[in-house]
Amino acid sequence: MPIISFKDVTKIYPLPAGDVRALNHVSLEIEAGEFVSLMGPSGSGKTTLLNVMGSLDVPTSGEVYINGARISVMDDDELTHLRRDHIGFIFQHFNLIPLLSVVENVEYPMILKTKKGGRACTKRAAEVLHAVGLEDELFTHKSNELSGGQQQRVAIARALVNDPAILLADEPTGNLDTKTGSGIMDLLVQMNEAGKTIVMVTHDPRMAEYSHRIIRIEDGVLI
Amino acid sequence: MTFFEFAKRNLKRHWVRTLLAVIGIVIGVVAIATLGILGNSINLMVGDMVSDVGDTLVVTPAVSGGGMFGGVSGGKLSGRQVEDIARAAGSNRVIPIATAFDRLETGNLDRGVQIYAMHADDIPYLLERESGTFPKETTAGILIGKQLAEAGEKDGLRAGSRVQLGGETVRVLGVLEERGLSFDINPDYAVVVPYRWFSDRYDRNDYDQVIVKVRDVRNIDSVRMDIEDRMNRRDRVVSVMDTGRIMESIMSAYGQITIFLMGIGAISLIVAGVSILNVMMMSVTERIREIGILRSIGTLRSEVMRMFLYEALILGLMGAVIGGVLSFAGGLLMTALFLEDTSYLFNLTSIMYIVFGMAFGIATSVASGIYPAWNAAQLNPIEALRHE
Repeated sequence: MPIISFKDVTKIYPLPAGDVRALNHVSLEIEAGEFVSLMGPSGSGKTTLLNVMGSLDVPTSGEVYINGARISVMDDDELTHLRRDHIGFIFQHFNLIPLLSVVENVEYPMILKTKKGGRACTKRAAEVLHAVGLEDELFTHKSNELSGGQQQRVAIARALVNDPAILLADEPTGNLDTKTGSGIMDLLVQMNEAGKTIVMVTHDPRMAEYSHRIIRIEDGVLI
Repeated sequence: MTFFEFAKRNLKRHWVRTLLAVIGIVIGVVAIATLGILGNSINLMVGDMVSDVGDTLVVTPAVSGGGMFGGVSGGKLSGRQVEDIARAAGSNRVIPIATAFDRLETGNLDRGVQIYAMHADDIPYLLERESGTFPKETTAGILIGKQLAEAGEKDGLRAGSRVQLGGETVRVLGVLEERGLSFDINPDYAVVVPYRWFSDRYDRNDYDQVIVKVRDVRNIDSVRMDIEDRMNRRDRVVSVMDTGRIMESIMSAYGQITIFLMGIGAISLIVAGVSILNVMMMSVTERIREIGILRSIGTLRSEVMRMFLYEALILGLMGAVIGGVLSFAGGLLMTALFLEDTSYLFNLTSIMYIVFGMAFGIATSVASGIYPAWNAAQLNPIEALRHE
């Protein structure tokens, strides 16, 4: 059974200037353990596709199944639980929480899931931070004290900490230089080899080469 | 790391704004508690000044002719009328009192004093003595009020001394306990004498008022009606004053003053609440992107809401605690300044006003946080993430 399945999905954003059809009868399937790149020009609908996969958005029509769950029938709390427990997000701008230290940023989704913090959470966060190649001395720093590459590694650690089945990455190397970007891509490949399903939005064909499959989208339609 | 910790850190991040919001709450709490304490202290002070006469009916001759201002006292109550009142009052104690005004001399003291005459065996029912003994009906001794005793202290006015009352030498048998302002008699600056001596000395066989001590306060209305029915059957002969009712209306007037004063305090607290609302709205607007991140990685709406409500709660708690401490100091200052007596502050009801002020401060703060917190929780995570 595919881990992500879209059946005739349409997403319309009603705007005063007229409706925008961001996804137009999209059907696709992604198997567990795949590494898929989503490519397309700006405004083609790839971020909308990723948002729907991440249960941040629900389709206007059609059916979406994430990890076996039909998201069109889920309420906001159920969608939030799905994101928290089964999906890890990696953003272009890292999106770490500035109030928290490196290790706290990584612990946070675990605290949401377990409803309590404590030593076990910190230990797990440290393990994941080590796994993405960050040293202990950075753990207590605030995120804005780190380099871009280090911040993205923290973000990946945060995405991994609850051991989700799916990692969704929105241009994860978009704000990094080529060398650092390659390091992040190597890390994603490593995670994929460890069994994570990865869907990555990218503009960069070199980054797309790391994936098994490329899905192209234009004007809301898969091509 | 909990939501509470989150809230704390965010308040710390904008500490100037936090401080200003807290100051707002502090001012509100201090205003409400201090004005409440002041009002309450006035209440207590009035309560202390007016002695407890809730069980007393005062029967006086009815004012006749000319209405309220032009009227003259209907004169006196005869012995027979007093007997009628006693019959109407049933088993309740009836104390007839005659009054006069005369000159009191001792040492260098020479002043006019109010004289209350009552039957000797009635005196202990109405008055308490501080020193000396109560007079007997047949003796010529007098009792003096506490304030009068203090005024004449240096002239030797005390229990056991001899004084000239209306030119006649009499012995001071005792000093009465201070009684405070009252609706029946005010003996603090006066002299109390046995009725028989008074009757001989001033050639009087009548009375100016009758005090009825009602044993069971719940019966006070029926006793009053019985007296009025009996005495005023044909003409209005007596008027009966229910002191409990007067006390009630006076105390309720002072109670309203307290409420009014606290209302002024409440307005300042509401202003503080609006400023918290403003601070929180700013906080939400500034953190839209952060809220988007929190939501996208699995934070529930209710958890976002809780985070912001904790901020409001912390502001309220800080304001309430600081405000509570300052209220105590403010209450001390206000009562010292306006009432010249701070003892009323150390009273459970006064302390309750501080607690009330603090609770109101916290409640205002949390209430002000509800709308911004709700707003934050309702943000669409995708739009919030896009926010620059």
